[in-house]
Amino acid sequence: MTNYDITVIGGGNAALCAAITAAEAGARVLILETAPKPYRGGNSRHTRNFRCAHDGPLGPLVESYGENEYLDDLLKVTAGNTDEKLARLAIRSSEECLPWMEAHGVRFQPSLSGTLSLARTNAFFMGGGKSLVNAYYRTADALGVDVLYEAHVTHLELSGDRIARIDYTHQGDDHSIEPTAVIVASGGFQADTDWLARAWGPAAKNFLIRGTPYNRGVVLADLLDQGIDSVGDPTQCHAVAIDGRAPKFDGGIVTRLDCVPFSIVVNKQAERFYDEGEDVWPKRYAIWGRLVAAQPDQVAYVIIDSKSLDLFMPSVFPPLKADTIENLAGMLGLPLAKLCETLDAFNSACGDTSAFHPTELDGVTTTGIAPAKTNWARPINTPPFYGYSLRTGVTFTYLGLKVDETAQCFNATGPIRNLWAAGETMAGSILGQGYLAGFGMTIGTVFGRIAGREAAAYAN
Amino acid sequence: MRTDLIQEARRQAEICNACRYCEGYCSVFPALHSQRAFAEGDITQLANLCHNCRGCYYACQYTAPHEFDLNLPKALAEVRRDSWESLAWPQPLAKRFHTQGGAIAMALVAGFALMFLAIRAVGSAGGDGFYAVLSHSAMVALFAPALLLPLFSIGLSLRAYWRMVDGRPLTLADLNAAFNRAAHMTDLAAGHGEGCNFEDEDRFSQSRRYAHQAILYGFLLCFAATCAGTILHYLFNSPAPYPFWSLPKLLGIPGGALLTLGCAWMTWLKLKSDRTLGDPRAWGGDIGFTLLLGFTGLSGLMLFAVGDTAWMPGMLALHLGAVLTFFLLMPFTKMAHGFYRTAALLRNAQRYRE
Repeated sequence: MTNYDITVIGGGNAALCAAITAAEAGARVLILETAPKPYRGGNSRHTRNFRCAHDGPLGPLVESYGENEYLDDLLKVTAGNTDEKLARLAIRSSEECLPWMEAHGVRFQPSLSGTLSLARTNAFFMGGGKSLVNAYYRTADALGVDVLYEAHVTHLELSGDRIARIDYTHQGDDHSIEPTAVIVASGGFQADTDWLARAWGPAAKNFLIRGTPYNRGVVLADLLDQGIDSVGDPTQCHAVAIDGRAPKFDGGIVTRLDCVPFSIVVNKQAERFYDEGEDVWPKRYAIWGRLVAAQPDQVAYVIIDSKSLDLFMPSVFPPLKADTIENLAGMLGLPLAKLCETLDAFNSACGDTSAFHPTELDGVTTTGIAPAKTNWARPINTPPFYGYSLRTGVTFTYLGLKVDETAQCFNATGPIRNLWAAGETMAGSILGQGYLAGFGMTIGTVFGRIAGREAAAYAN
Repeated sequence: MRTDLIQEARRQAEICNACRYCEGYCSVFPALHSQRAFAEGDITQLANLCHNCRGCYYACQYTAPHEFDLNLPKALAEVRRDSWESLAWPQPLAKRFHTQGGAIAMALVAGFALMFLAIRAVGSAGGDGFYAVLSHSAMVALFAPALLLPLFSIGLSLRAYWRMVDGRPLTLADLNAAFNRAAHMTDLAAGHGEGCNFEDEDRFSQSRRYAHQAILYGFLLCFAATCAGTILHYLFNSPAPYPFWSLPKLLGIPGGALLTLGCAWMTWLKLKSDRTLGDPRAWGGDIGFTLLLGFTGLSGLMLFAVGDTAWMPGMLALHLGAVLTFFLLMPFTKMAHGFYRTAALLRNAQRYRE
């Protein structure tokens, strides 16, 4: 077997950015990807854009998006639960990432229909994240990077301040390599529902996993067990409310439901529990995963009427449709009397709806009910009625490896000399809670490149 | 139209409409994303708009083994062929040549035989060159209906297609937009202009786009050469044979070369591509058609090469047999795609402005 300078664990965006950067610096690089080739790329294959600071128009991005505005947007969603130094590093570096990505095969496209609000802040990949992953694998291949698919890393042997050995299985056999340098870019642990249940309680068994089933946190757990510094709270993750009929894993983007602002959302007892119209959906979708997780059986039901059916992006499963609320309650399995009571109370709390505007905060609000609906509050009274079930869809967990601005990992005695981390596995260093669309890919790209550069410098 | 094919394409289109990641690749996705429900005519229009560049397949997060099992290029290719077969006239000829290269080969042999027979039975009426082998009036009597009848048939089919996709009266702007896209084969270039994914999985390559344009422009040059000859014959009383420095030859020789090389290149690319991303049943028919077209070009060049030797009458029979077969099969082979694709681009240009 070839003697590799650098072993990259993981095969998504961060891993590939690290591998490419290191290979361009002259290092011999091996990627150990746990997924089979058709599912390579981790959660990156489900992504669609990356959030990018820029001074003036850049690639597909319009106008400007400065460092401070970007940081403000981040602090709003994390409620200040952010390492500002690392956050600023990610934000500041994002601008130079876009041309680097293009130079390494990634192509961009204008903001997708239905996502115009992101045209200034988020650069969309042509074809989405899987095409980005494909392009990076081609680039890495041309640079001589070797890739092993279905290579399951089981253990990194920490010896003093170095990783001395990597154990992995491949095609049924156990293998070990003694790496010069190691980059861990193997994501969070969300696909291990037992681990999720330890953190969240049994409720987590009802969560759906939006992305790859291969991010089981094996390497993360192994390193944490050996005392590598961690960051983040195991209950924190990027979770959204998705269609309850979505597959357990890998449902991706098409299972999202954008109709909450035009709806009432009730739990299985047919009670409303949160202001559905608090803000425009791109700013609120990321809190609804936790809201639904807090309801009985981790399920909720979104109900709209025919006035709103065409106001949001279609989703993959058609809604349940009924001519009466009675029938819809039956189809959704909701207690009829309570649902009618909730709906009547909501409808009577609606006032003048003449200012209704689906894409702006229109101030069309309810009065006299709790929780209030503070925008887009129109009575649900025009049949047919439509209903979807909602469940919590976890994208990735935030408990991860703590790194510094060189992406290096530590333990209590100091830096681990040959260990770096990038991507979701260290994103908790920056995302303490909440989520900002496209920021996961920014962290992966910026810290992947840093890790690749640092590891190559060490190995050379 | 086969409802199972329409339904499968609709199922996939609804998933695409919830994702939209491929919006920038081609004309199909903006058209698809502008609708929420897909009637049979909508799916048929999307199918004929699709150029099978496969960018969306390799970019797709939902291809098999994922349970959503998306393969939009294949689903649309199957609807596309079904639409050509269903709309073809006369129906008894509709279903054979799209799926069976052998049927095309047999038609070609029949074409050769007919020409040899015509040469033997009719022969010359005292002309020079080719006309010393087969008289000009006999050629016109054979080839005028062999061109006009298929064009009439295609005209009927296109009228039915236009109704099906709810087409409006054409404007200059529609023509401008559609022919501009066809002239550059924009829909085989992906949104970034780097070509399609064909002969080497997800690698973007211009090969198929360039091969296609070599065939297209080669064919148009050959057609222009024939038109030039017709004009010289009737208006300038200047019958064939024409010298090298004449309009028919100056158009026809590069045209024949482009057509021959383009078809050879395209066949080679098709052999390297993944058949399961197109209509697998149409594979034989597609290859057969491409070889027929290529042979039409090649036999024309060889006819020029053999000059006035003893090889000429036999070569003439082969060339004319190929041309005859090609023309007669136009409505029932892959050649139909050019007409339907243009109609779909025209309709798309209209919808874009509506």
